[in-house]
Amino acid sequence: MISRTGDMTDTLKISNLHVNVGDKPILKGVDLEIIRGETHALMGPNGSGKSTLGLAIMGHPGYEVTDGKVEINGENILEMDADERARLGLFMAFQRPIAIPGVKMADFLRHASTNIRRPDRKEGEDLIPMREFRKELREKMGQLKMDTEFARRYVNDGFSGGEMKRAEILQMAMLKPKFAVLDETDSGLDVDAVKLASQSIAEIGREKMGILIITHHDKLLEHNTPDKTHVILGGRIVETGGPELAQELHQHGYDRIRAAHPEAAAEDDKMKVETAAAG
Amino acid sequence: MITDTKTQEFDVNTAEINKYDFRNEEKYVYKARKGLDEQIVHQISDMKSEPEWMRKYRLDSLRVFNEKVMPKWGGAIDLNFQDIYYYIKPSDRQGRSWEDVPEDIKRTFDRLGIPEAEKKFLAGVKAQYESEVVYGSLREDLAKKGVIFTDTDSAVREHPDLVRQYFSTVIPNTDNKFAALNSAVWSGGSFIYVPPGVSIDFPLQAYFRINAENMGQFERTLIIVDEGAQIHYVEGCTAPMYSTESLHSAVVEIIVKKHARCRYTTIQNWANNIYNLVTKRAVAYEDATMEWVDGNLGSRLTMKYPAVYMMEPGARGEILSIAFASAGQHQDAGAKVVHAAPNTTSQIISKSISKNGGRSSYRGLVKVEDGARKSKSNVVCDALILDPQSRSDTYPYIEIAEQDVTIGHEASVSRIGEEQLFYLMSRGLSEAEASTMIVNGFIEPLVKELPMEYAVEMNRLIELQMEGSVG
Repeated sequence: MISRTGDMTDTLKISNLHVNVGDKPILKGVDLEIIRGETHALMGPNGSGKSTLGLAIMGHPGYEVTDGKVEINGENILEMDADERARLGLFMAFQRPIAIPGVKMADFLRHASTNIRRPDRKEGEDLIPMREFRKELREKMGQLKMDTEFARRYVNDGFSGGEMKRAEILQMAMLKPKFAVLDETDSGLDVDAVKLASQSIAEIGREKMGILIITHHDKLLEHNTPDKTHVILGGRIVETGGPELAQELHQHGYDRIRAAHPEAAAEDDKMKVETAAAG
Repeated sequence: MITDTKTQEFDVNTAEINKYDFRNEEKYVYKARKGLDEQIVHQISDMKSEPEWMRKYRLDSLRVFNEKVMPKWGGAIDLNFQDIYYYIKPSDRQGRSWEDVPEDIKRTFDRLGIPEAEKKFLAGVKAQYESEVVYGSLREDLAKKGVIFTDTDSAVREHPDLVRQYFSTVIPNTDNKFAALNSAVWSGGSFIYVPPGVSIDFPLQAYFRINAENMGQFERTLIIVDEGAQIHYVEGCTAPMYSTESLHSAVVEIIVKKHARCRYTTIQNWANNIYNLVTKRAVAYEDATMEWVDGNLGSRLTMKYPAVYMMEPGARGEILSIAFASAGQHQDAGAKVVHAAPNTTSQIISKSISKNGGRSSYRGLVKVEDGARKSKSNVVCDALILDPQSRSDTYPYIEIAEQDVTIGHEASVSRIGEEQLFYLMSRGLSEAEASTMIVNGFIEPLVKELPMEYAVEMNRLIELQMEGSVG
């Protein structure tokens, strides 16, 4: 049985994960374990499978798991739909959030928050009281320096890149997940916005989240020093280190990694050629 | 698991049937025999003690109806005109207040939530039960201002000059076969006259409902908004389910005079066996504005294209329509705008949703006559298809006889995207909740134009339509 109460030893464990997109293998045996309260960074060149890992964990139907397990506290979640995973405490901040025209942020978030906080809620049952919800939403928006007008806008519809990313962080703040994957939440943001995002994530993370930060840069890690840094290359995690590894990759790129792991580097090159051919 | 799902679906369907399929035991004072001929038309006219001009008009319309061929476009119509009742009068008295309304009729209205509407809108509630308006009330100050809000039968008797001046001037009985049919056998409908400069700042409402099997409902609505006046008229429908064909064929004529403004909002939710073949048209004069807001759910076939003819400079027409087609349903809906004068502006926004093999078509005409300089028209039609069995078509017709105009047309067809569903589900929404949210978002531009309680009802209807559509 999975603890829904917030046990500090909650664990997200990924073992030997193989994922195909279409017929194409993208992940070829990923192992990763995050204990709630830890921050991990996941780095790697473009097209090495970072987003695929996030989407597969979250349960995107287009990402087919061919082998391996994803477990929360020992229970395999791979048979669950995305909504069940979310109700279990999993969250992903999308690199490219999807627009839902006509659906107001506030309505969407009220519905989502209710379902996450009352995982056994049946369709049609009451939502969180409006007053209570509004108060909380306004508070969180204030912390993210978002205009209250934002709540009345349609989900991601016509948002700027920065607004989208901020909206993702707002959702995370409202849904209070146990584990969050942040997929390039810093991309498309200017320096100040990255700083604000970084601070906000740290603040929310204090409520004891397990965080997996997918990033190219070190800015987001400034306030979120990773307990561990993982490097993914050719669909496998090839190195794991501390915060200094993230520093190194940011400053010097992936040459050393590629040299140290020639097979993975070759795999990585092959995947890119295939992607280019398919595109 | 599979059995569970089936049981659930069964429950849902039963609930739906219970909600909409409550027929009252038929208790009619007068019911004409089935079929259509001169004798039936005479009977209807006799029952209503009509003036001679209306009797002649009906008989003339019957001749036109018999001569006209069925429309060769739109949806398939499988109707036997001799197997339909054309007139039923449910009660020989017309209630002045709620207490006077007969009990069984009241029960039907209760289930439709009319008393609540009455509470909310102490203005004018008009409810059509079968062919006659049996209950009506109008706020006194409106009457004092000279506003007339009554059923069209009463209007023929009580305001003969007004009716005769405008009746059939917007939609002649020669317009189309179904307009001719309505002109021959019409009964009930609303008559509204708003005197110059009078503005009504709350929506006037009417509820319609078909109850006798095989019965056609042919209401006739005539609205005259005099110079500088304003009105918002709202009409909603739910009909019980029946096994044999039913026909609803209304005619709605609206005259919007200089500087006047009219909005006409309809939400129709017909049972799946009903043919809903309606002619709605407005003429707008100098600087006048006419707005149609039109929602179509249910029915076997709906053919409805609200029209605005802009007759004088500065006139404006706006048509906002939404159609939801589910299994066994064809919504052939759209809009028609005619620019007959310079500086006229029109906008058409059409949204359609097709599900479970339903078919929706947008059929629209933008016509700009020679000399209608600087006219502007913009058409946006979006279709949402929920599954591979469903279908959507677009038939935009544009006829422009003037060079100096601005015309825009955008059309889009989309399927509920896997990405949208996944995004919402990753936030804890079930697939059904996510689909419903996407559909409600799709029609939001229309729903936000509705009065509050209609918006709630519309969202609720969409939820009912969406139930059992996933899994």
